[in-house]
Amino acid sequence: MRYSIFNLVRQGLRGHRGWGPAWRDATPKNCYDIIVIGGGGHGLATAYYLAKVHGVANVAVLEKGWIGSGNAGRNTTIIRSNYLLPGNGPFYEWSMKLWEGLEQELNYNAMVSQRGVLNLCHSDAQRDAFVRRGNAMSLYGADAELLDTAALRRMLPVLDYDNARFPIHGGLLQRRGGTARHDAVVWGYARAASNLGVDIVQNCEVTHFIREAGRIVGVETTRGPIRASRIGMAVAGNSSRVAKLAGLTLPIETHVLQAFVSEAVKPLIPGVVTFGAGHFYVSQSDKGGLVFGGDLDGYNSYAQRGNLPTVEDVCEGAMALMPSLGRVRVLRSWGGVMDMSMDGSPIIDRTPVHGLYLNGGWCYGGFKATPASGWCFAHLLARDESHGVARAYRLDRFATGHLIDEKGTGAQPNLQ
Amino acid sequence: MRIECPFCGERDASEFVYRGDAAIKRPDPSASEAAENFFAAVYLRENPAGPHDELWYHAFGCRMWLRVRRNTLTHEILAVNYPGPVAGS
Repeated sequence: MRYSIFNLVRQGLRGHRGWGPAWRDATPKNCYDIIVIGGGGHGLATAYYLAKVHGVANVAVLEKGWIGSGNAGRNTTIIRSNYLLPGNGPFYEWSMKLWEGLEQELNYNAMVSQRGVLNLCHSDAQRDAFVRRGNAMSLYGADAELLDTAALRRMLPVLDYDNARFPIHGGLLQRRGGTARHDAVVWGYARAASNLGVDIVQNCEVTHFIREAGRIVGVETTRGPIRASRIGMAVAGNSSRVAKLAGLTLPIETHVLQAFVSEAVKPLIPGVVTFGAGHFYVSQSDKGGLVFGGDLDGYNSYAQRGNLPTVEDVCEGAMALMPSLGRVRVLRSWGGVMDMSMDGSPIIDRTPVHGLYLNGGWCYGGFKATPASGWCFAHLLARDESHGVARAYRLDRFATGHLIDEKGTGAQPNLQ
Repeated sequence: MRIECPFCGERDASEFVYRGDAAIKRPDPSASEAAENFFAAVYLRENPAGPHDELWYHAFGCRMWLRVRRNTLTHEILAVNYPGPVAGS
């Protein structure tokens, strides 16, 4: 059923008893053209674009738990394309363009809200770097605006402009950036892919790869063997574990990243704000809660929960920027497990094993990349060649020295 | 997370600096396959979900390096040892 105001009124008059499930919970077939492992945003977007753009609808998405149960539901929902390097800029800008048309494309309300993403700078050198990044963004077709403190004071009176240690000198604003509802992105892609014939298979964990004549031709799962000529992994957080089933060791460490939400307060922060003298970023949800996060805990972890020193560190960042938050209570905190690639940038590439493709290493920034990641991974799986905007995300770049060290935020930035 | 330092006793993890996988050894730079070996040592990681041997530096304590066996699924500390032979022994 197409979602529209007409259908909403019609169903409303019938007591909302006519809505069907948004997508089909499929039983796996024996054989597909392409299997995508991982039913998060990236996996479902890949399946959708395979069916929509490349006409390959005989696709299965295999999910160990339920769709969206991993990092797709554990992020801080920020979308932006404020990148500097040539390997990143066009990719994230393509993602931003897909976000802008996503709801019409999927016929699903993903609550995409272009409320602006603002990076604050606290020194002259940092402002120079922001000018350079803003100019680079303009060259990629993204929007960038340098704000002075007078403009910031009008936009964000809540910030501490008298902080002697971290004075606010200005900010780089991307007005097209903002937030989206992460669960709705998963459900929207699932519904649209399912409508095009993609099988979404839940509670189906891949346990082995089936090899024949030196290539991978299928997977053994907890719901039986499933064959396909091409198999894509979109299991960021667990890429190393799934790749190990194929005998691969990846340039990735898995780390826990915590996020937080406060009790609801009155409208305080119009968009997304990042503190440039530490690692702290915050936005305000439509319900009023402040959604914020910071650095990794800093040690290998698959635990999906972190420790208190990082909570303290993130809250100190909040207090340095907005001392008025001192009496706001944190409502919840949670952790997601990140594929931390060694240069802080993702990988969308073939693997050395024939028939197996990798989409992973999303580090801090997987959510905003969801549409372009799906778009480019679908391109790779359907045509066996990298998409133009994802060409730099090679698996072998660590061996060849073509690193993409946008911010140098890999697994252990101090060692790289 | 608390780590039982052999010198200082049980201390909060915030006193320590994490140095990652303890299995990584610096390769021999004069070996013929040195480039491949350095690539593996610098970038490739086993990244297990379960027991993991790793190095922690007690920066705000005794400043000793420790070899810690820790479960990455639960954060449980399974063992703490010196990373190599203790000086003078």
